Amino acid sequence: MINRLYAYLVKHLDRYLLTLVAILLVIGLLTLYSAAGASLERVAAQMANICVALALMWIAANIPLHYLSRIALPLYVIGLVLLIAVAAFGEIVNGARRWLDLGFTRIQPSEFMKIAVPLMLAWYFDRYEAVLKMRDFAVGALLVLVPVLLIVLQPDLGTALLVTAAGFFVLFLAGLSWKILVGLVLAGGASLPFLWSMLHDYQRQRVLTLLDPSQDPLGAGYHTIQSTIALGSGGVFGKGWLNGTQSHLDFLPERTTDFIFAVYAEEFGLFGNLVLMVLFLLVVFRGLVIAANATTLFTRLLAGAITLTFFTYAIVNMGMVSGILPVVGVPLPLISYGGTSLVTILFSVGLLMSIHTHRRLVQT
Amino acid sequence: MNRAVELRDHQRELYNFQLRLAIAGGAVLFAFLVLFVRFFYVQVIQHDYYHTLAEQNRIFIVPVVPNRGLIVDRNGVVLAHNFAAYTLEIMPTQVDDFEDMINRLSILVDITPKDRKRFQKLLEEGHDFASVPIRTRLNDEEVARFAVNAYRFPGVELYARLFRHYPNGEIASHVVGYIGRISDPDVVDLKNKGMAANYSASDYIGKVGLEQRYEKDLRGVTGYEHVETDANGRSVRTLRSILPVSGNELRLALDARLQQVAEQVFGTHRGSLVAIEPATGGVLALVSRPGFDPNLFVEGIDPQNWDALNNSPDHPLNNRALQGVYPPGSTFKPFMALAGLESGKRKPGFTISDPGYFMLGGSGRAYRDWKAGGHGIVNMHKAVVESCDTYFYGLAHELGIDAIHEFIGQFGLGRTTGIDIEGEVEGLLPSQEWKQRRFQQKWFVGDTISVGIGQGYNLTTPLQLAFATAILANDGRIFRPHVVQHIQDSQTGELTTIEPEPIGEVTLKPENVKRIRDAMVDVMKPGGTAAWAGMGAQYLFAGKTGTAQVIGLKGQKYDEDRIHARHRDHALFIGYAPADDPKIALAVLVENGGHGSSTAAPIARQVIDFYLLGKEPQLVKPATRKPAQEPAQESAPELAPEQEQALEHVLEPDPEQEGD
Repeated sequence: MINRLYAYLVKHLDRYLLTLVAILLVIGLLTLYSAAGASLERVAAQMANICVALALMWIAANIPLHYLSRIALPLYVIGLVLLIAVAAFGEIVNGARRWLDLGFTRIQPSEFMKIAVPLMLAWYFDRYEAVLKMRDFAVGALLVLVPVLLIVLQPDLGTALLVTAAGFFVLFLAGLSWKILVGLVLAGGASLPFLWSMLHDYQRQRVLTLLDPSQDPLGAGYHTIQSTIALGSGGVFGKGWLNGTQSHLDFLPERTTDFIFAVYAEEFGLFGNLVLMVLFLLVVFRGLVIAANATTLFTRLLAGAITLTFFTYAIVNMGMVSGILPVVGVPLPLISYGGTSLVTILFSVGLLMSIHTHRRLVQT
Repeated sequence: MNRAVELRDHQRELYNFQLRLAIAGGAVLFAFLVLFVRFFYVQVIQHDYYHTLAEQNRIFIVPVVPNRGLIVDRNGVVLAHNFAAYTLEIMPTQVDDFEDMINRLSILVDITPKDRKRFQKLLEEGHDFASVPIRTRLNDEEVARFAVNAYRFPGVELYARLFRHYPNGEIASHVVGYIGRISDPDVVDLKNKGMAANYSASDYIGKVGLEQRYEKDLRGVTGYEHVETDANGRSVRTLRSILPVSGNELRLALDARLQQVAEQVFGTHRGSLVAIEPATGGVLALVSRPGFDPNLFVEGIDPQNWDALNNSPDHPLNNRALQGVYPPGSTFKPFMALAGLESGKRKPGFTISDPGYFMLGGSGRAYRDWKAGGHGIVNMHKAVVESCDTYFYGLAHELGIDAIHEFIGQFGLGRTTGIDIEGEVEGLLPSQEWKQRRFQQKWFVGDTISVGIGQGYNLTTPLQLAFATAILANDGRIFRPHVVQHIQDSQTGELTTIEPEPIGEVTLKPENVKRIRDAMVDVMKPGGTAAWAGMGAQYLFAGKTGTAQVIGLKGQKYDEDRIHARHRDHALFIGYAPADDPKIALAVLVENGGHGSSTAAPIARQVIDFYLLGKEPQLVKPATRKPAQEPAQESAPELAPEQEQALEHVLEPDPEQEGD
């Protein structure tokens, strides 16, 4: 009886991914405990987040694929409507309009788009599989740009970046021609001045500060300077768990959320970073294997995009903390404190699992 | 399904897809490699450098607060400046038992219960990392005593800080405003504006008046020092320092001496005076009485003083010039007269026979003139000079409310003037559309009548009245009122002049303007309502008195001595001089001052005498009066004052009852 229940529960879970996720979550909790000043309060809250997110991962893993492709379009439309609702009635928190108050709970529709956009695009390209033309890519690009523009206007640069990345990965994997890719890069370069003029002052400041953090050591450069000091002072083997001075002496801002990697790197050093990178790489490669083995174009594209988006989270966050990428609000996947991103990430991991474990059903 | 076609396609697709997947995988590996190289560089090659930064010698970045810009009047009189003083501050994060710490400190330095209360209040309001002052302005002896014993007080530091000081105290307090400690809402606001960095480790921000409006100019740019400290947190040396940039200096159009005189002549009266240079819109004086001492706010006001100011029935913190709304009363009449001339509804020679009331045709309702029995045969000139109500009731009726609204609206009544001080209110110049919007009720003809004498729904601020008077004095040319004339850059010394900003023009016929001016000049002469105040003026003085009712008197006769002081009428006066070449236009409002002629006009006279002739005020009349709270014995002016407390339904608009 118990065996059967267990079998039912793990039927659609992928053992490799599950193991990797578990290790990363434990590392995250340990680091969080240290970052929060050895207080269990945050750890307990994060554990509650983890429980919810794991439950959602399980649900995602058990969604049959044909059902998934059917809800792609409605999900996208709902997401878009919610984004427009945010623009119209959203609550302003810290100068950005991101949240929608539903009365009983607050939601962040932009987060939702991280999954809805790749899902929609994968579904769209799957429908027109036999006849992929330029026009389809143009439509695809439009499907990405509309929500991204709404998110940029909130403004939420981090999420906009991740949604763009997710959409772009689908386009790329669907076979967007290299000529266009090169053209996009060039066009992107040409549109920089225009984008610059669109940015808010604080966003511009972040870009300028990336080029020279020491220019503004009290303001925008402060995060980067302090996190780099944390990183560098960690050395090869780190200062040891709970012994990071940068974090414990309040030098590091946002040390439980976006900058938690600085705490980790200070306490576990280059060696710890290597371990973390290997774990992330294993997740990414497992995801790529799942994508390569997926049976339909829809699932291939979805799996590929989800995996590469996960990679984007990791590289952007670690790049920002170590001072080679601008400071945008992107958390370190499975490590940073915060329920919203955890739910999104584990839900997409669940989708990967579903794609892997349901593939035989589709084949037959 | 056509499997053959699909299969071929499918395989090529799959091959392409996997190729792209492999490329992506390669890119991932490459990106991680770059990241690893970066980690290696920071954590291994530069490890010693960062280790030093983090562990042995901690480098603190210490912000250096810039000098706040000065505020000086048009003649260079300083209204706000800074001085350095020692202050004793406690870091809340490093002290557990404040009570004990403060008790031990009080042996060395004098700490009053007020200081303790203020400390407690600041502690509760305090934001991250701020150190909280327990005593400010220590004298040399106290500094020495503490310095010797400093080691016994971990978490208590002695700082040399710059303090804002307002040397003139109450004078111009509502104009200059004050700075205060940064509050939590201020922090949020600064963060949203991306300006928080410029306020790091600085405690003050402009809260009110020019200090608030010109915060950006006055503030300057925070500098910083990289300070190397030893393990005990004492600074060893400064590695690098970027000097702060001082704030810019504000030079005002305001004349501080005129301001002082104006405040003086108010005596104990509550009220407001605004004087404007018509040709530029420069604000020469802006009085709101009672005032307050802005110095109280600088270091955080103690609860006792705060309660006294905030709960006073006189509301000293309100800027009456911008925020007080009052019916303009008869000061509205010159503008009404001009409306009549410009619209062609009245010729100068047109006369009425005033029986002492105006009958609104059809309604059978009588609107009484202030003068029982009436003014006899009245033309426009006489109507203004004697402030005849009946004349203006009829004119208002003929013009109609929307024409009045449109014409007089051009003079800025009922809307903000755009002066460079925050907090201006709009006031009200009624119209049909407004009443519909506000009360969902149509406008009644009867509503218009009382508007004609500046009562009814009319509400204006003293600033608006002064602004309108300046426009009149300026033959219709409109300049935005402004207090700041120049901003001097602290680095280059360059003066940015705030140019008089012509924001429009009321098209007026010169002969009509002249007629109104002549009438207003005669107001100040024997036979006019303000003859007493205009007596012996050595310049051509144009003015108009007014009285605004505070409460409606149902059926009773207004008897000044018998009513409560705070229910007595407000006295108003508008005027400009010299009438043939106006240098100053002003509006005066004295709350519960009785009649415009007896209290408001003499204040205006003394202010203008000082401004044009340099004549010191004699302070006989208003300043030596008894406090306004007591029933004042009005020494009756030689000429009859206005008594325009007409009928109760005129003065107390009650849309419910008024019907036609």
